Amino acid sequence: MTKRNQRFLIIVVIVIAVAIYIDVPSSPGIHFLGINRDFNTRLGLDLVGGVQALLEADLPEGAQVDTEAMNTAVQIVENRVNGLGVNEAVVQQAGDRRIVVELPGETDPERALATIKQTGLLEFVDFSDIPAEQAYIMEGQTVLTDYGQSVSVGSLPTPTEDTKAGAISETSEITSTDIISPTLPVFHTVMTGATLKNVQVTTNQLGEYEVAFELYPDGAKIFSDYTSSHIGTILAIVLDKQVISAPRINTAITDGQGIITGSFTQETSNALAVQLRYGSLPIPLKIVETRTVGPTLGEDSLNKSLKAGIIGFTIVVLFMALYYRLPGLVADLAILIYAALAFALFRFIPVTLTLPGIAGFLLSTGSALDANILIFERLKEELRSGRKLGQAIDLGWQRAWPSIRDSNIATIITCSILFWFGSTFGATIVKGFSLTLFLGVVVSLFTAFVVTRTLLDIVLNFFKPSNLEKWFGI
Amino acid sequence: MIDILGKRYLYFAISLLVILPGLIILAIWKLPLAIDFTGGSLLEVKFDSGKSPQPAEVVILYNELGVEDVQVQTTGEGTLVSKSSFLDDETRGQVVSEMERKFSSIVTVLRYDSVGPTVGKEVASRAALAVSVAALAVIIYITYAFRGIQHAFRYGLCAIIAMVHDVAVVVSLSAIGGHFWGWQIDSLFLTALLTVIGFSVQDKIVVFDRIRENSGILRRLPFEKLVNHSIIQTLQRSINTQLMTVEFMLLALALFGGVTLREFALILLVGLFSGTYSSIFIAAPILVAWENREWRNWFGRGTREVSA
Repeated sequence: MTKRNQRFLIIVVIVIAVAIYIDVPSSPGIHFLGINRDFNTRLGLDLVGGVQALLEADLPEGAQVDTEAMNTAVQIVENRVNGLGVNEAVVQQAGDRRIVVELPGETDPERALATIKQTGLLEFVDFSDIPAEQAYIMEGQTVLTDYGQSVSVGSLPTPTEDTKAGAISETSEITSTDIISPTLPVFHTVMTGATLKNVQVTTNQLGEYEVAFELYPDGAKIFSDYTSSHIGTILAIVLDKQVISAPRINTAITDGQGIITGSFTQETSNALAVQLRYGSLPIPLKIVETRTVGPTLGEDSLNKSLKAGIIGFTIVVLFMALYYRLPGLVADLAILIYAALAFALFRFIPVTLTLPGIAGFLLSTGSALDANILIFERLKEELRSGRKLGQAIDLGWQRAWPSIRDSNIATIITCSILFWFGSTFGATIVKGFSLTLFLGVVVSLFTAFVVTRTLLDIVLNFFKPSNLEKWFGI
Repeated sequence: MIDILGKRYLYFAISLLVILPGLIILAIWKLPLAIDFTGGSLLEVKFDSGKSPQPAEVVILYNELGVEDVQVQTTGEGTLVSKSSFLDDETRGQVVSEMERKFSSIVTVLRYDSVGPTVGKEVASRAALAVSVAALAVIIYITYAFRGIQHAFRYGLCAIIAMVHDVAVVVSLSAIGGHFWGWQIDSLFLTALLTVIGFSVQDKIVVFDRIRENSGILRRLPFEKLVNHSIIQTLQRSINTQLMTVEFMLLALALFGGVTLREFALILLVGLFSGTYSSIFIAAPILVAWENREWRNWFGRGTREVSA
């Protein structure tokens, strides 16, 4: 075995091992060296069923959409969607004025749309029972409040029994995606965002960023009473039941004008100000597209396509082996490796597989086969013209290379442009198609030039066929 | 050796014969666009009472809410599909609650697809724009990759002309399918079209590559012979690639895949076949016709000696 083949064989074996590690259904994931990844196959809405909605900023045509406000809107929609308890929900900005929301597995379009459209609720919540350190940890987590339930808003805090019952240590473990059971503590809402008159970002004498706010008179009264009696405790700011900030009350605020200080950067102070100011969405959004795919329809087409894929693939593998004989068998192995690598890549990145995505993948499988066919046809030509096997193999690869290179580069260029358009304009079909095609083409180049070549060399090394006509089908 | 290029005008005629009928149908009846492209709403509901009302009653219900353009169909036990122009959130809510009130049954929404009128048009026009930009980039790349031989630009342009041919074949087929078998042009169609485009360009370059290689080796040969020779040399590869990547995979999909994918598979089957066909019978012949400046002879009194 030559040095080159030895080296390549090692690379091929390592790559395959990694791919298989990622591919196995119960892959343990990677959990060392600070990397924390699990691998699973993400199937798109069209395959598993679910609800998709496209939201658009409801502003006059041509009006400039504020980037920051749009980011905040995406954030808020994401929080709401998380409340639905859907696994792997996707909320993504598409272009500068649209948001794509995908809810795999959601079967009730009414409920989903209602959740997305609801107006956000901003609350100031009594955290006086929680030590400051704990309250800071709770930022980003979901809590229960009593707003709109039993205690009327504006009354002074009367912590409910279960708040005190030692359940607090549990709260630090709630994550935003957990479903909250009724036994968890209910916090008291001091007042809602409706009392806020004005919010802005300022800097103090030291040049530190602060968020200054002003309250309407009725809010100022509640706030004055509350802060006077709770100096030193935490008053959390909660948006759609999610803690977005946990400031401490330093002094009683009696004039309805307060300042939130902390280690803010310009961005974080702006973000907080925007959330306070707009409580709900910073930009009015309207639903411009909705799609529901029933789970049975999705499952049905998935199963049948899988079956069809396996049948088609089997025929291809048989044909390659019958027509190209020994190299055909090697190519079959290479194609299997190709499929394992591409699939591992889809799981690693991860790529959400939709029907267009699978079409892209099938096309790239075609391209992988084509590369092998091109090489073998050249190989046969060289053998027919009377060259020795070793030389013919070298020439076969060498001469097929320009055509494989140029045709695949053209495909890669096409994919890049389609992908860019697809992601800028929210054309998810174009995007899904071009991404898997691109990845597949890159993997196919590797398998044709490294895997097939190395394997064929090795096979010929161990097994020196004398009857070329029989083994190469010339 | 088989003379493929000699009959090139026959191939052009065959392609026209395939493309024209579809385009005529298209011109008269338009493409049967689904709501993905036209915008509109599709609402499928289930009446828990198990008895769905008469479609006509539902149409009246829609009309009362100010939605005029409605088609309603019963689809099964107590289920009903209605297609209409785009409903905003408020109207959709009203439709459902009115159904519950009027037909006194709890109504469950099984499926609700709606596409705003501008969104639908945008998807199509932006996909078209993306493909056009990609085509331009491919022309530039081929011109660069073929810079070693004469008239490199022609190869890029011919590849794209043949790609447009394949798109035309697919569109023509869809227009025929839409008119006679009730196909709908939806987003899956767009996926099929993108696949055909990707395959087509790749296939043209493989054939052109052989011309590029041969024009270095067989310098003496007239261009037409050289191209013919190159096509013959790549013929086996063209057939095998077409058979394997396309026919086997897609036939399986068309025969065993779900009903939703049947149209998709059929369009791909024809489109990808056209992709291989047009490399041999459209792209390469146009190259030769261009080299010979044959258009001078197309309209009667041409001067023949120029092409010699």
